[in-house]
Amino acid sequence: MTSPVLEVRSLDTTLHTPDGRTLHVLHGIDLSIDAGECLGVVGESGSGKSVLARTVLGVHPRATRATATGQVLLNGEDLLTAAPRRRAELLGTGVAMVHQDPMTSLNPVVRIADQVTESLTNRRRMRRRERLRTAAELLAAVDVPDPARRARAYPHELSGGLRQRVGIAAALAGSPALLLADEPTTALDVTVQRTVLDLLDRHRGTRGLATLLITHDIGLLYGRARRIAVMYGGRIVETGPTEAVTEAPAHPYTAALLRSVPRVTGPLRRVLPAVAGSPPDLSRPAVGCPFAPRCERAEAVCSTEAPPLHRAGDGHTAACHFPLTLPIGPASASVSKAQETV
Amino acid sequence: MTPAKPPVVPTPEPCPVVLRATGLSVVHRTRSGPLHAVSEVDLTLRERRTLALVGESGSGKSSIAKALLRLPPPTAGTVTVDGTDLAALSPRALRALRPRLQMVFQDPVSSLNPRRTVRDLVAEALDAHPDPAVDRAAVVERQLEAVGLPLALFGDRRPAQLSGGQAQRVAIARALAAEPRVLIADEAVSALDVSAQATVLNLLRRLTEERGLASLFISHDLGVVRAVSDDVAVLQLGRLCEQGPTEEVLAAPAHPYTAALLAAVPEPGRPLGDTGLLPADPPSPLDPPSGCRFRTRCPFADERCAREVPELREVAPGRTVACHRPLLPVAAAQDSAVAQDGAAAQDSKVSGRPSR
Ligand SMILES: Nc1ncnc2c1ncn2[C@@H]1O[C@H](COP(=O)(O)OP(=O)(O)OP(=O)(O)O)[C@@H](O)[C@H]1O
Ligand SMILES: Nc1ncnc2c1ncn2[C@@H]1O[C@H](COP(=O)(O)OP(=O)(O)O)[C@@H](O)[C@H]1O
Ligand code: SF4
Ligand code: SF4
Ligand SMILES: [Mg+2]
Ligand SMILES: [Mg+2]
Repeated sequence: MTSPVLEVRSLDTTLHTPDGRTLHVLHGIDLSIDAGECLGVVGESGSGKSVLARTVLGVHPRATRATATGQVLLNGEDLLTAAPRRRAELLGTGVAMVHQDPMTSLNPVVRIADQVTESLTNRRRMRRRERLRTAAELLAAVDVPDPARRARAYPHELSGGLRQRVGIAAALAGSPALLLADEPTTALDVTVQRTVLDLLDRHRGTRGLATLLITHDIGLLYGRARRIAVMYGGRIVETGPTEAVTEAPAHPYTAALLRSVPRVTGPLRRVLPAVAGSPPDLSRPAVGCPFAPRCERAEAVCSTEAPPLHRAGDGHTAACHFPLTLPIGPASASVSKAQETV
Repeated sequence: MTPAKPPVVPTPEPCPVVLRATGLSVVHRTRSGPLHAVSEVDLTLRERRTLALVGESGSGKSSIAKALLRLPPPTAGTVTVDGTDLAALSPRALRALRPRLQMVFQDPVSSLNPRRTVRDLVAEALDAHPDPAVDRAAVVERQLEAVGLPLALFGDRRPAQLSGGQAQRVAIARALAAEPRVLIADEAVSALDVSAQATVLNLLRRLTEERGLASLFISHDLGVVRAVSDDVAVLQLGRLCEQGPTEEVLAAPAHPYTAALLAAVPEPGRPLGDTGLLPADPPSPLDPPSGCRFRTRCPFADERCAREVPELREVAPGRTVACHRPLLPVAAAQDSAVAQDGAAAQDSKVSGRPSR
């Protein structure tokens, strides 16, 4: 049996902000990704998707202090307890990130060649000509046309789609085992999004890259991610094979999310069924189900008791007192949070 | 053979025109020479209606939006608002009019002052409110509530403490606080998750109708465009390539580029379709192809496409397309033989596309 590239167990992350607030953002996150596999993480804004990626990397915005408990295992080694030097080594060689906005992750005054080869030049001192050649090769691998010329360019001279490909080239340069892609195509238009996602799929296939694909667009995961994890209020509320989750959602939040997707096919809906209410206040301790204030199916028990985890045979799980499709009655009694890894 | 004239359909009384742009062109000066970002575009925004402007990155959508607001003024063409030519206004009169033309930008975080609280960010937009006696605190609370950010939870936060989606909603609340006449939303919901997106789209639509706004909604997401707009204009390398009622255009696109955009939309349960695009990258706007600017990526291009710039022609009442071989036959008399041949030829080509 192969062991997963990334395995996250019972991860809780709390952020301490400079203005003295404490936010319990992530609650009991369990997930795992095998080599060559894409796990899609979908959820509304503020559900904790980016904090999840940042906790794996151990990088948070300046002035924010974070405490994480649980385990973040990269090829079996726990990043949370590793000594700082070992952690930096594991992350430097094993994990790469593709950001939402390539303009913020690329340095505007540094040539593309130097940024794309950054994770290489840190280790091997390359001569300039060699660096340009290597950069052009890396750019060609992500379908950047005219790579030799583009290697000499600065980020602002490229279109958004090309910049994101440069971001991907930089991420892939160090041959990571795990790619964290946080909304990699949100800033791109659909035709370019299609080519960038196809590109990520291709490299995932040929390099056996484990990919965590974060998005708020559940439609984008269809046909790409084998499994989906749906996040709500810092928890994974539903997980399973992409088809099962999108065609027969078990959690009321997933169902509501799917209903509110604006579609180009099917009957025209002038008013989209938005999920009423607002996301949970993470600065307050949550009792019961975090979705209860917005849930159509909520009963009294939902706001007092943490929902149990229901399962189907195909690894489809949902944390809900009254799931829509999974067998009624939890697989194991009184499971208070997701125990099974995604 | 003369094709039968289509029956005359009585058109409903159109809503009053608020903003009209005619012959709009924008040329940016760049180190590599003049860049024609927008070429001779005509647009009409009507009261209580939303026009969607669709096109890929670099097609000139933001250049159009800025030209409408004279930030900076267009290189050529006129923009009138309620009949007044903006170019004829004194700087002072233009300043007085500006708050009635509001824009919500693509990048929420950089458009918000990082040191202000959410409450102050919305309150300062009220400086442009037409009624000086307005109850500021109440309006701030109402606008934030309208975009799904309760004042009690978000009022004291600063932009850095918001997720991307939350920041964009603050920007929208700010624009609405000034009681605008024209609302231009440039990729304003692209960064929002679907539930927030649905809330904001419903809100934009409702406000456009209730407050008599004339809205221009810029997006590359046709699903979103379908939900929010009445009409759509598709932009390709600075030129309009197709225009018409949104439902009709999406049901049967006439331009190959519109068809490609439609095929690229990811949707749950919809298999990844073939966009039909040739694997070329969008050409540089500094050096656009001769003739039809789409021809390097168009599966139907022939030598006429390299030679002649296609003009906008009518394919149905209220629908125009700029293509020598549109996917729908061009309406009576206008070059009908060629167009219909083209359409027929393309039908077989489309159905014969290899699937991936
Ligand atoms: N540095 C920080 N200081 C304070 N609060 C933060 C910080 N980073 C994130 N948060 C809060 O943590 C929650 C989760 O944020 P996160 O950025 O992970 O959301 P997300 O799911 O990535 O949303 P989006 O889809 O908008 O990117 C939000 O409520 C956010 O306001
Ligand atoms: N200030 C500017 N200076 C030079 N070129 C510009 C400027 N603004 C936009 N452009 C160029 O004009 C074209 C259209 O840009 P833009 O209107 O921003 O497109 P869109 O909003 O559709 O993505 C692009 O090629 C872009 O690079
Ligand atoms: S546990 Fe209750 S409130 Fe929560 S999603 Fe299920 S039915 Fe709704
Ligand atoms: S004019 Fe020619 S190249 Fe342009 S879209 Fe039509 S068929 Fe394609
Ligand atoms: Mg995020
Ligand atoms: Mg733009």
